[in-house]
Amino acid sequence: MAGSRSFNTRRLHSLLGVIPVGLFLLEHLVVNYFATKGAASFDNAADFMGNLPFRYILEAVVIFIPLYFHAIYGLYITFTAKNNTSRYGYFRNWMYLLQRVTGVITLIYVSWHVWETRIAAAFGAEVNYQMMADILSSPFMVAFYLIGVLSAVFHFSNGLWSFFVSWGLTVSPRSQRISTYVTMGVFVALAIVSVRTIFAFI
Amino acid sequence: MSDKTIKFLITRQDTPETAPYEEEFELEYRANMNVISALMEIRRSPVNAKGEATTPVTWEMNCLEEVCGACSMVINGKPRQACTALVDKLEQPIRLAPMKTFPVVRDLAVDRSRMFDALKRVKAWIPIDGTYDLGPGPRMPETKRQWAYELSKCMTCGVCLEACPNVNSKSDFIGPAPLSQVRLFNAHPTGEMNKEERLNALMEDGGLASCGNSQNCVQSCPKGIPLTTSIAALNRATTFQAFKNFFGSDRV
Repeated sequence: MAGSRSFNTRRLHSLLGVIPVGLFLLEHLVVNYFATKGAASFDNAADFMGNLPFRYILEAVVIFIPLYFHAIYGLYITFTAKNNTSRYGYFRNWMYLLQRVTGVITLIYVSWHVWETRIAAAFGAEVNYQMMADILSSPFMVAFYLIGVLSAVFHFSNGLWSFFVSWGLTVSPRSQRISTYVTMGVFVALAIVSVRTIFAFI
Repeated sequence: MSDKTIKFLITRQDTPETAPYEEEFELEYRANMNVISALMEIRRSPVNAKGEATTPVTWEMNCLEEVCGACSMVINGKPRQACTALVDKLEQPIRLAPMKTFPVVRDLAVDRSRMFDALKRVKAWIPIDGTYDLGPGPRMPETKRQWAYELSKCMTCGVCLEACPNVNSKSDFIGPAPLSQVRLFNAHPTGEMNKEERLNALMEDGGLASCGNSQNCVQSCPKGIPLTTSIAALNRATTFQAFKNFFGSDRV
């Protein structure tokens, strides 16, 4: 299949965004939600996740390799587009632009977030409720986390919509419209979960 | 005779290499004009709004009834056919510009060769020639024929490529129009016999996977072709084709 490399890469990009990166995002949001039940509860959950067997392999295979492949190829996709929402202000064209903008914000946010927690942990810091409470004691970081997490959640939800189109699951206009409602429902639900979690550390 | 006038602001370009510039024209109003008849008026006496003699504006046209696609240009910001752009329905001054997605030949005339090359790339035809008479092909159900007729309305006008954010100088995307043609020819009972060739052509670089789902094409298509439905249907077909190519299949 000479010449179909970009087809395969693009499909892989679409798949990895949902499995495993999207699933990891859901797991991460669920585990973090323990923070709303108090510091001890969060520490317990973080401890469990942090001490899973094969942790480094799991992190590499489920998180870092697919995440950075998705992110770097996503940057390439973003910068080969020529956005034109000013001339064509259709709903889907705005979503197309937002998908790319939130993707770039998410990459910046996630890279910083990994640096501040996982890399810091590798240098001896302990990942627990107190660590997040310290980070979120600055109003600037609260804003940064809110923007970052909401971007990630939007990018995932709207990415689900285009995942369904890219693999040919939603073909007809009606199915794509219903899929828009469902994925935006997912966005709202995940936004509530993540915002409540962030405020649980303040 | 009324003293009403129509104003045109036209983006002009003398050669493919020179810089574009704007020129204003003012014409006497007549009822029921379209952009083509206004351009013909300018050609009849090429004088700009300042009263200076200038060169006549170049544009392409052919059928004058929105079936050939030749007179596509950007009119008040939107790509469309000049023949069906009625002056009475347009905001003034009427701005005309070439579809910059394509190489500009001169003024409003662009070179849409890339679209015809793309049709060749995806084999948008039905091979019926043999060394002997192959006889009649399979029948097409009437309901399907009516459905396929909608897809066959594509006139290669270039409007969907102009509206697509993924068709640009940084990308090799062939654009929505040739993709939808694959769906048309793969739906035909005889064309179906070569559907794998077309699907494999779509899976090459610059093909189907370069679509980013902005869906501007379906909003812009002057013939109302369900381009994004075609793209999603082909996404499904190429999903199966990719698995088949990789793993092999029990079906021929």
